[in-house]
Amino acid sequence: MMLKLEGINKAFNKDTVDETVLFRDFDFSVEKGEFISVVGSNGSGKTTMLNLICGSDTADSGKIIFEDHDITALSEHKRASFIGRVFQNPTVGTCSGLTILENMALADNKNRLFGLSFAVNRKREDHYRELLEQCDMGLENRLNVKVGSLSGGQRQALALVIANMTKIKLLILDEHTAALDPKSSEIMMKLTDRIVKGNDITTIMVTHNLRYAVEYGNRLIMMHEGEIIKDLKDEKKKQVDVDDLLDEFYSISIENGNGV
Amino acid sequence: MNVILNILKVTLEEGFMYAVMAIGLYITYSILDFPDLSVDGTMPLGAITTALLIIHGVNPWIALVLSFLFGAIAGMVTGVLHVKMHIRPLLCGILVYTALLSINLVLLFTFNNNMSIASFFRMDTIFNTGLARLIPEDIGGYSLRIVIIAFIVALCCKFALDLYLKTKSGMLLRATGNNEKYVVMLSKSPGASKITGLAIGNGFAALAGSVIAQSKGTADQQMGVGMVVLGLASVIVGLSVFSKVTKMKDTTKVILGSVLYKAVLSVALGLGLPTEYLKLLMAVLFVVALVLSHGKEDRGDRYDVKA
Ligand SMILES: Nc1ncnc2c1ncn2[C@@H]1O[C@H](COP(=O)(O)OP(=O)(O)OP(=O)(O)O)[C@@H](O)[C@H]1O
Ligand SMILES: [Mg+2]
Repeated sequence: MMLKLEGINKAFNKDTVDETVLFRDFDFSVEKGEFISVVGSNGSGKTTMLNLICGSDTADSGKIIFEDHDITALSEHKRASFIGRVFQNPTVGTCSGLTILENMALADNKNRLFGLSFAVNRKREDHYRELLEQCDMGLENRLNVKVGSLSGGQRQALALVIANMTKIKLLILDEHTAALDPKSSEIMMKLTDRIVKGNDITTIMVTHNLRYAVEYGNRLIMMHEGEIIKDLKDEKKKQVDVDDLLDEFYSISIENGNGV
Repeated sequence: MNVILNILKVTLEEGFMYAVMAIGLYITYSILDFPDLSVDGTMPLGAITTALLIIHGVNPWIALVLSFLFGAIAGMVTGVLHVKMHIRPLLCGILVYTALLSINLVLLFTFNNNMSIASFFRMDTIFNTGLARLIPEDIGGYSLRIVIIAFIVALCCKFALDLYLKTKSGMLLRATGNNEKYVVMLSKSPGASKITGLAIGNGFAALAGSVIAQSKGTADQQMGVGMVVLGLASVIVGLSVFSKVTKMKDTTKVILGSVLYKAVLSVALGLGLPTEYLKLLMAVLFVVALVLSHGKEDRGDRYDVKA
């Protein structure tokens, strides 16, 4: 088992009138090599689950185990040495004030000392260009352009490439195509698939696009109000289609009395 | 004519000396996006420690370097208060400044016979020993040693910072001010980077204090009053006036901004503005610069640079 969340309890605004309990004894585990699509209604706890895994949020109780190490108390930046993450917001995954080259030079040095040697090594430029070529957006010809001047789609592709520049064990994608137009989303998903398969990275991808959830990955989970209500692997995942998932969504909302 | 040339000389002297402090504020304010008020305390810290060191026979150039270190330590305290104790940036600066008010006085009282001003007229300074001796004392009726040495010091600081910002540590500093989340994803703590930046920024502020004290031959607590405003105004004036000049380095703009800001003050004083109005004018000019710079002060979005 690569990653395990055990008995997670998580409430927001604890001990106030607004207290909302999200996770109650929540368990979740990820096998090495899995590409998991996560779907679920707004507020079902997808982002919070990812935050707990990455260490940007802490659980009230419970354990997080990564490759047999208890990482529950490990800080977010320490976990980042083996976890890569791309956010919904394209501005989070890169530095707008730095050029593409500078962004990549920093990422290239991840998990090493940030000392007083020069950050940009011109000899690495060809390697960076090769990495950018997989995006198919002409970014390889714009190394000296500030990232702030790129479009959201270009920035997101760059963020994905950058997250994978050094070897990571787990890739976390939180609605990373949500801010992109349909065509860019399509390109982004293809790129994601290529990078995940090419580097053989265990991946958790949250998406509201049911088609992507069905088309990509080898495991699919559906979340609702802090619980995993559907968990399909391999063959079972292959059999599911968008309509099945839609039906599932509708039946949940009818249960809750807000019929469609 | 003589009067005008003299005003020009003094403007350049002060412009270059205060530019060193402005470079420090450029690091905290522009690069780190941290409003650092400790400078009002670290600048006189540099001045006072320099005066005391020189009075006790230390080489003025060594005093200059040591003052940087003292300022850097104070800056680290500001950083630690913010990063480790989660105190707001403005408050951290005020706290360190307040603490330095005492520390500076204690230093003066302890090492300077209980006097609150340290004077070292006619002792060795960077303006009359070593390198300075290569410059004739009198050039065409003017004593240009101060302006030349101050210019060299400012240039050295500029180039040192330019170089540093190209290193891994320096680029990480830029990333920290730009997008902390990115630094986290590089598996680095943004907090450590902030502490480094505040140390360097306040190091420069103290270095400026050292240079200014050596040019005057005295140092006291009073020197620090209004330094944050002065430094920030120089940064903002420089970056906004020259915002269209993409080929020019920010550090160069900051030095020019400092000279320009001093020039406006000199002109106002030359035209007969009573000195008690000086700080008021400084504040007003600062506001004008801020208002004019809105939208101009580009934090890097939407334009290409040729590297
Ligand atoms: N910082 C917070 N403070 C209070 N409540 C929060 C906070 N973060 C999340 N929540 C609550 O926790 C629940 C789950 O939020 P979360 O962001 O994990 O949902 P999600 O599944 O990612 O939703 P979406 O599809 O809208 O992104 C929601 O009810 C939300 O209001
Ligand atoms: Mg979410």
